Amino acid sequence: MTVTDGAGGSDGATALPELSAHFDATIAHDQRIEPRDWMPDGYRATLVRQIAQHAHSEIIGMQPEGEWITKAPSLRRKAILFAKVQDEAGHGLYLYSAAETLGIDRAELTERLLEGRQKYSSIFNYPTLSFADVGVIGWFVDGAAICNQVPLCRSSYGPYARSMVRICKEESFHQRQGYELLLTMMRGTQKQRAQVQDAVDRWWWPSLMMFGPPDDDSPNSAQSMAWKIKRHSNDELRQRFVDMTVPQAERLGVTLPDPELRWNEERGRHDFGTPDFTELMRVIKGDGPCNAQRMARRTKAHQDGAWVREAAAAHAAKQTAHQQEGSAA
Amino acid sequence: MSTEAPRGSAGWPLYEVFVRGKRGLNHVHVGSLHAADERMALTNARDLYTRRNEGVSIWVVRSDAITASTPDEKDPFFSPSGDKVYRHPTFYAIPDDVPHI
Repeated sequence: MTVTDGAGGSDGATALPELSAHFDATIAHDQRIEPRDWMPDGYRATLVRQIAQHAHSEIIGMQPEGEWITKAPSLRRKAILFAKVQDEAGHGLYLYSAAETLGIDRAELTERLLEGRQKYSSIFNYPTLSFADVGVIGWFVDGAAICNQVPLCRSSYGPYARSMVRICKEESFHQRQGYELLLTMMRGTQKQRAQVQDAVDRWWWPSLMMFGPPDDDSPNSAQSMAWKIKRHSNDELRQRFVDMTVPQAERLGVTLPDPELRWNEERGRHDFGTPDFTELMRVIKGDGPCNAQRMARRTKAHQDGAWVREAAAAHAAKQTAHQQEGSAA
Repeated sequence: MSTEAPRGSAGWPLYEVFVRGKRGLNHVHVGSLHAADERMALTNARDLYTRRNEGVSIWVVRSDAITASTPDEKDPFFSPSGDKVYRHPTFYAIPDDVPHI
């Protein structure tokens, strides 16, 4: 909340080393940092970047699946997809709300996204070619998001952690609806089963890339973990996702497109191949299959909505003026 | 804390949202949102924070209307209660053989 906005505590009354020691002790005791606490500039900047990127991902993430709302094969699937896409909007707004507690306005964040100064998850730059993609996105993409996000419910920054609790509760529906959709298709025709396998083949590697670069090439990770913004490394989360997904793939009757994927008895975990991280970097830099399309649509939606925002503000101003006239009279 | 009106998306003020989960519970702060006016704040709060029957009642209040204490737990503001252990039941030693106390 913006009530708790900004730089309370850093008004100069207390010396910096003392503030810093208090912050470090709060983190060390696994307590939460709240908005008006003093925090290092780097901590604040890291959170703004991470929460904003997360919020932007939710908002852009409405597009790949939104395309299928009008083409869903039944009223039931249409209603489910509507609810899911609406949730993504909600998740974006919870996160913008959390970001605002750090003293940044969400209009400013939107501007940074539209100007390309802030990023969103690379996964949403891949196209949704068939309705099976809707199922695979729920299963893989939301499954990967759950792996990433469950530990963030214990993130050291209170408003972020609380947003994640709400989001994780809702992601569970997202993942289950996806898997159920795929189970249904796998019970269908040969063509439907082939569509599912094709979607699995296309989404598997981009989903593994969602966890970010490998640990030895992830410059911000160590500091984020020291600050307990992040709780697990990229590679650890990627491993968890693979271990979680393999038995689900077997049950579904699809093959994960990785010849190196096998159970490692000794480690008690799966061995798997390395995602093409040069592709990840390329897509992050803007050269994915749908980057231009996603940004163009987001920009258009923002511009098309301008008159609504202005009209609502004008209406509110008019109502306030009427009320003031009324009370003056 | 900021006392100026929150800057906003297209000048829309920021509202804090409080939801009563069910009858018998207090309203609890759940987050914030921007809206042009109070009515829009209420309907947006319903759409954003109660999509799954999370509430039976919503309060919205402009963020700039809230007065808050400073957050520091060592704040002298809270010191009047800090040294009064006798306000807690555990301060009083009662023999184990005294029932119902």
